[in-house]
Amino acid sequence: MTRNERARRARAARLAAAAAVLVVVLAVAAGCGGGSKKAGSTGSTTANKSVSGSVKFWGIWAATEQKAFQKVIAGFHKQYPNVNVTYSSKGNDIPTVLSTSIAGGNPPDMADIAQPGLMKQFVQQGHLKPIAYADSTISDNFSPAWKDLGKVNGKLYGLLFKASNKSTLWYNVNVLKQAGVQAPKTWSQMVSDAKTIKASGTPAYSLCGANGWTLTDIFENIYLRMWGQNKYDSLSAHQIKWTDSTVTKALQDMAQVLGDTGNIYGGTSGALQTDYPTCVDYAFATPPKAAFNLQGDFVSLEILQATKSKPVKDFNVVPFPTITSGPNSTAVETGGDLIVTFRDSPAIEAFMKYLASAQAAQIWAKLGGFGTGNKNVSASVYPDAITKATEAPLAGASSVAFDMSDEQPASFGATTGQGEWGIFQTFLQHPTDISSIQQQLESSAAKAYKSGK
Amino acid sequence: MSGASITAEPPPQAAPPEAGGEDRSRYRAGALFLLPAFILLGVWLVYPTVYTIVRSFFGQHGYLGTWVGLDNYRALFTTSALTTAIKNSAIWVAVVPAFVTAFGLLFAVLTERISWAVGFKTVIFLPMAISAFATGVTWHLMYTQNPDLGAVNALGRTVADSFSTPGVLSNASPSTTALQPKGGGLLLKTPLQPGGVALLGLTGIAPLDVPQGAQQAVKPAPKPGDIVGTVWRDFKPGGGKPGVVEQGELGLPGVTVELRDSSGKVAQSTKTDPNGTFDFTDVAAGTYNAGIGASTFAKPFGGYSWLGPKLITPALLIAYIWIWAGFSMVVIAAGLAAMPREVLEAARTDGATELQVFRRVTVPLLAPVLSVVFITMIINVLKVFDIVIAMAPEGSQRSANVIALAMWRTAFSGFDFGTGSAIAVFLFLLVLPVLALNVRRFRTET
Repeated sequence: MTRNERARRARAARLAAAAAVLVVVLAVAAGCGGGSKKAGSTGSTTANKSVSGSVKFWGIWAATEQKAFQKVIAGFHKQYPNVNVTYSSKGNDIPTVLSTSIAGGNPPDMADIAQPGLMKQFVQQGHLKPIAYADSTISDNFSPAWKDLGKVNGKLYGLLFKASNKSTLWYNVNVLKQAGVQAPKTWSQMVSDAKTIKASGTPAYSLCGANGWTLTDIFENIYLRMWGQNKYDSLSAHQIKWTDSTVTKALQDMAQVLGDTGNIYGGTSGALQTDYPTCVDYAFATPPKAAFNLQGDFVSLEILQATKSKPVKDFNVVPFPTITSGPNSTAVETGGDLIVTFRDSPAIEAFMKYLASAQAAQIWAKLGGFGTGNKNVSASVYPDAITKATEAPLAGASSVAFDMSDEQPASFGATTGQGEWGIFQTFLQHPTDISSIQQQLESSAAKAYKSGK
Repeated sequence: MSGASITAEPPPQAAPPEAGGEDRSRYRAGALFLLPAFILLGVWLVYPTVYTIVRSFFGQHGYLGTWVGLDNYRALFTTSALTTAIKNSAIWVAVVPAFVTAFGLLFAVLTERISWAVGFKTVIFLPMAISAFATGVTWHLMYTQNPDLGAVNALGRTVADSFSTPGVLSNASPSTTALQPKGGGLLLKTPLQPGGVALLGLTGIAPLDVPQGAQQAVKPAPKPGDIVGTVWRDFKPGGGKPGVVEQGELGLPGVTVELRDSSGKVAQSTKTDPNGTFDFTDVAAGTYNAGIGASTFAKPFGGYSWLGPKLITPALLIAYIWIWAGFSMVVIAAGLAAMPREVLEAARTDGATELQVFRRVTVPLLAPVLSVVFITMIINVLKVFDIVIAMAPEGSQRSANVIALAMWRTAFSGFDFGTGSAIAVFLFLLVLPVLALNVRRFRTET
């Protein structure tokens, strides 16, 4: 699973960052002499004492993320002093832990899960409660595109509380400066910039061809921005065939990058042997070996840890280049944590509504490592320029889609060297062979969806 | 050879119990002693085998899934990832057993003649002591394309660089189509006459790669009787105008420029100045082409892409043979030691040459041992898995795929247990004849 894989890496990285943050937090706490009871600076401070009870919340967030979420909970306690929310971290094992607890008849009241497929499964098995009560709060704060991610069969079950942005283009500021080009806004601009960058003596692209998912991510972004969310969803459900002309067009655009062999660091064969995150290191090494890296927001941690590049000064980020003007131009591929409920109670309802509010999102957004589709969270709350650049476009996205591989059978969408990942690596080797690639994709998908029943 | 136990004859049945109580209790005791073995065989061999065969006719998920008939087997021969795996396994079977046996025989026979045989055998046998996974990782490092990192390519570079030295501008390319590639160098398309000016613009040169001492490029004024010109980095931020010497563009010093006459012979050759200019003096009347010599663009040895999709299978085969040649040598050497010396001596006394002794006496006498090695290797190679996953980078694993790896990936990473089982059954069917052969040989030997 692409998300898990990335999440694991990102988490390992965050763990290190957590240690540093912990030191700071402890120092601050010590300075305050502990237990300061300042009123929350954001939102209403009128306490609602009529609702009482307790909420057991299980989540994936640990370390820094857990601390941040505890602060979000603290904000809730100010509003509802009689509701006691207890959070416990189950880490990446949360799907297993939840399945086990359901089987044992004792699930938590609420949980966050990173797999939309798992939410669907739980709904179909009748374990989740609809959250119609939070509908208006969510509508006030989120665009329909974001709200719909929490729907299963047209009913609202979850809230995408914490989101990540997979539609970003990272670039080496110094290479672009030497080449005298601006960070590209459109795909065609990027392709022409790439030519200039090559003439300046540095290859434009650093690809991680050794990991098939990095290639399918690029394809998914192109397809989403070219054809919009409806077609994207149809393709991921295999209602549109992979031999469709929409796929041809998207692959043709992708071939403008993959086929520019002389402009890929290491050439085709080098790219096929370069894994993530090595490809990131290449683009931001000194001296730089490439200019662009087409990956999601999780790249920034890798750059900061593995290279000497400084944010904004040496590396920067722009939204994934626009393919076509119009409604799909700002579509975003996302991943994130869906909050779902296993029970109903006034306390749970209150907490769910609170999490949908801008106030809750802002508390975490200020701390960093957090993105949200909440349109009432001002971009100015993000703590640094890079986070602002990656997370602020989320709220304004015209359409939002999950990573396709989470919707597809694993044998097609998530197997090393086989299925979609392997075929896109073949595409990297033979970028002109689009129709044969499409046929391979279609026959592999047809097999996976057929026997998946 | 654990597999042999599957097809081995069942243990002889105890005599049917007779009315006598003593016989019955003996039968019971026998059954009791056999029970643990039967349970273990049943749980660990019979049940999984039967389940796998049954499972191969069903869909992806669940304990059984939906009935799909022969679809999974059809997928074996229609899915490109799986046909590649089958093709590769065929290559493995064709190459490895033969080479391993041949090398083993060669080493065994040769070590008989040397005094430091023990040392030699130890070195050859040593890879057997390393796990295949560790071997895979080690060879992965040795095969790395960058000659600064990979031992194999470092060796290649030592050889390559002794024949040619890399040029000053190995990555450069012409800035306009006026410059055409010719024999490794570049040549200006438009012919020149004495008094002409040649503009040789290059791009694709990183700022760090510009030769030291470069100055602002200058377009020289024409000189009667001379052909002058400049070689410069035809790029400034934003791209600039290709083919035009502009402010901010640097001349490229130390580049070898050549003047070729109409027959293509080099009439003059010179090097550029810090501002990129050059001057061919006293050029006789006629038409000429100016260009840059091939040596300027000579690429440093970049290494072979051993781990790339094209060479990965040969690279794996080499590493695998390296591991197993030692095993083969030891087994064959043991066979050799047990061979009656008189026969060899007799052949020599009769005037046979060493080659004849080897071909007509040693090899035929060793045939049973050689076939053991050969058959063992066929079975090993059909099951090969760990070295592929350890050595091949993910981007090449599709090209390096073998049956056992495809089975594991399909079942446990794609969660397609139906097709995974079908691959397992297919692999089992391939191993079966070899096993039967082995069992038959055991019988004839005893």
